[in-house]
Amino acid sequence: MKPRIGVYICHCGTNVAATVDVEAVTEFAATLPGVVIARHYTYMCSEPGQALIKEDARTLGLNRVVVASCSPRMHEPTFRAASHEGGVNPYQVEMANIREQCSWVHPDRHEATDKAKALVYAAVMKAAHLEPLEEREAPVTPGALVIGGGVAGLVAALDIADAGFPVHLVERSDRLGGRVAELNRTFPDLEPVAEWLPALVDQVRRHPNITVYLNSRVTDITGFVGNFEARVGPIEAGLAPAQIQVGAIVIATGYNVFDPRLKPEFGYGIYPQVVTTLELEQRLSSGDLTVNGKTPKEVVFIKCVGSRDQQLGRPYCSRVCCMISAKQAQLVRQALPDARVTVFYMDVRTFGKRGEEFYDEARRAGVRYRRGNVSEIYRRGERVVVRVEDTLLARTVEHEADLVVLAVGMEPRPEAADIAALLKLPRSADGFLLEAHPKLRPVDTAVDGVFLAGCCQGPKDIPDTVAQAKAAAASALIPLMRGVVPMEAATAVVDPELCAGCGMCVEICPYSAPALDPLWGVSRVNAVLCKGCGACAVTCPSKAIRLQHFTPDQILAQVEALVGW
Amino acid sequence: MDIQQHAREIGLGLDLFSCIQCGKCTGGCPVSMTTVLNVRSLVYGALIGDIAGPIHEEALWDCTCCFTCVERCPKDVRPAEVIIALRSLLVEEGKVPSTIGNALMGIFRQGNPLGYAREDRIAWMDGLEVKSAQEGCETLLFTCCSSAYDIRAQAATKALVRVLQAAGVDLGHLGTEETCCGNEVRRVGEMGLFEMLVEEGKPLLEEVGVARMVTTSPHCMNTFRHEYQLGMDVLHYTQALARLLEEGRLNMTGRVEKVVTYHDPCFLGKQNGIFDEPREVLKAIPGVKFVEMDRIRDRSLCCEGGGGRMWFEGTNTEGRLAFQRVQEAADTGAEILAVACPFCMAMLDDAVKVKGLSERLRVMDIAELVAMAL
Repeated sequence: MKPRIGVYICHCGTNVAATVDVEAVTEFAATLPGVVIARHYTYMCSEPGQALIKEDARTLGLNRVVVASCSPRMHEPTFRAASHEGGVNPYQVEMANIREQCSWVHPDRHEATDKAKALVYAAVMKAAHLEPLEEREAPVTPGALVIGGGVAGLVAALDIADAGFPVHLVERSDRLGGRVAELNRTFPDLEPVAEWLPALVDQVRRHPNITVYLNSRVTDITGFVGNFEARVGPIEAGLAPAQIQVGAIVIATGYNVFDPRLKPEFGYGIYPQVVTTLELEQRLSSGDLTVNGKTPKEVVFIKCVGSRDQQLGRPYCSRVCCMISAKQAQLVRQALPDARVTVFYMDVRTFGKRGEEFYDEARRAGVRYRRGNVSEIYRRGERVVVRVEDTLLARTVEHEADLVVLAVGMEPRPEAADIAALLKLPRSADGFLLEAHPKLRPVDTAVDGVFLAGCCQGPKDIPDTVAQAKAAAASALIPLMRGVVPMEAATAVVDPELCAGCGMCVEICPYSAPALDPLWGVSRVNAVLCKGCGACAVTCPSKAIRLQHFTPDQILAQVEALVGW
Repeated sequence: MDIQQHAREIGLGLDLFSCIQCGKCTGGCPVSMTTVLNVRSLVYGALIGDIAGPIHEEALWDCTCCFTCVERCPKDVRPAEVIIALRSLLVEEGKVPSTIGNALMGIFRQGNPLGYAREDRIAWMDGLEVKSAQEGCETLLFTCCSSAYDIRAQAATKALVRVLQAAGVDLGHLGTEETCCGNEVRRVGEMGLFEMLVEEGKPLLEEVGVARMVTTSPHCMNTFRHEYQLGMDVLHYTQALARLLEEGRLNMTGRVEKVVTYHDPCFLGKQNGIFDEPREVLKAIPGVKFVEMDRIRDRSLCCEGGGGRMWFEGTNTEGRLAFQRVQEAADTGAEILAVACPFCMAMLDDAVKVKGLSERLRVMDIAELVAMAL
């Protein structure tokens, strides 16, 4: 079909129009081959702006639309929808970015206008070659896989199961409850964990929609959003692995505590007086706080052990240690009223609901806070010496102690890296699993249908973990409840005549979309997995892969327009 | 003294901006309880461009450059470099303690801080046959100025040569051309002299054309490794001995029936991570019963001999760390406190005498103990 192109130049208020002569660009666009109409307007993304496109498409019989405005990130869906309503295939819409790539970065009006013309020209040339593509949908397997049986996994599993979907909950250890099961009481209310965690575990165990796999791990995951297939292997040999099909996955693999032996200056593992916060939880539960058979008279807490530490590659704040220290210091004060309790800190970060009040309560309970990052611990008789500068006094002190508690930070579990490798999930520089967007998609991942809950994504406390678990469950329910998932139309396709079956596309693809057909030995791209990034197309040595919507003739037309400018 | 106007420049030059003033540096500083020097405050002063409050010029020379502050900083700041930078401002103005000034003059004139004649640099070789490195050798032995001139340290140097030669090492020496490495020169802030030493020393070392240098002192090893960019393997002698042991070339047929403990030199242990080799060598000596003190390895206590402190008493002569250290060694029941650095030797040997521990405890170099077992 002969191209009938409409070109729309957006002022973006003054964002574009103040620098680019939009009238001149419009006049120029009208002269380009295939262009039937060229207009400019204050805000193309506004209702009246969209109406212009719809109206023109209908009355002038447009089959291509070019919008010269902002980056396609925000408004490509807007203009695709408007064009579609006017009868134009959404994949025959092209955008020229004359804001971020032009008006915002070029102060000179003449030069900016010239560049805007060039960008519009290139877009029009490309648009003439755009082909109509169809968006399709795939059915969804009703059910979810939740990896990790800590609080995050339990809560996510319950919500999905309560919505009526089967849940497979896989846990490495021999019990549910995760790290929280090792705690005595929680902040900021000093509520015993025993009062709520067993009930939560029980609810999960009795839920008819939840299958629990203890002593198990996920050894393989294939498929895509709506249709994942996972292999659950028992950790002990002799039991048969289970093969399960689900539509969505929630990862809730939790965290490890920092090993303070990596900070040799604290003498952890050498002195029985030096313990971690997690070990103190167990002592608080058992009620035995003695060291070498004696009741401590001097108790010291050291914060940020393995957190905020660039030397160890753990630059982040673990977010819970300030509250844990405030909690444990209060509990030690209650258990040992005659003991002096001192917390050495760099900064106190008791943020969040009731956090600051809790810190106040700790100090009111007689806990002494001194500002200084402890540098060293050594032996003196039956005690240990904590050597630290009280930075507010600007004085180095040797503080003798009978019990020293290291507030150890959180770090990623190595198992999370295995899961990330299975799903090709990116991790942030600190090793935690990476969310798709820090603000708008905090529980999503780069892989559709895979969601994060709890400390596998980064250190957090129980309320934040539960909130994230519920968010991950709600997000996982979106494809499950819709029953279908949309498939990207701008995907890669393999020409089986040209494919040599080398498998380079399989290796390069970050989404595991191409696979070698076992029968024919040629690559096939799974359209549901393909994100249209084009990595395979440029890698293919036989030029057998064509990325729809970015075909060589389309790209070349665009490039030739710019090269000849 | 216009250090004030340089404060901000120092902050910028050393990239101190990740400092969160946590105090880990001063808390771990071995001299912070006996002097007014507070390295955290100096970093703060440099950061805010107002160093007048925290600075105390004489106490700046108290720093031993043990670099515990650098090793422990959680934010990768190098606090001791602020002290070195401030010292270099004092050096530029000639405001240097006279004993340090004499040492620098000695290095400039005679190539050693003691100011002895250059011709006497090889006097310790009396009775030994050491090849001239310039005539070609497998391993170059670099003797610290202390190892060459200090009478007590000379004994250790001689022992080391005997041990290395007994193990069949083809050893050479630069002779009277050997000149101070400048490790402490840089650390007292005499940047001009240090640059001169590198400019003259580097070609001299490289012309010898050996693949391996063995140093008697961890201080020389440190600067050759990190500040000279030499195209050769630089080993501390305890590393060389550990290698010879591993290769089965070091045969000890005698016995040293002694209880021995070991003091980690800061420039060997904390700063270069060499903790195991000296212990391996000591444990391999037949008859030795090896015991450890409490503060070892990363937590070892500085002897206070580095960073120019060999030439400067410090503002507090009563609270010497070496006094604490020899007491700790004696408390283990050890008869011998083994050292691997001529500065540690001098500081601890002196402390043993001052504290009246001579009857119970002897300070000996690891090379001497190995030589006893040959």
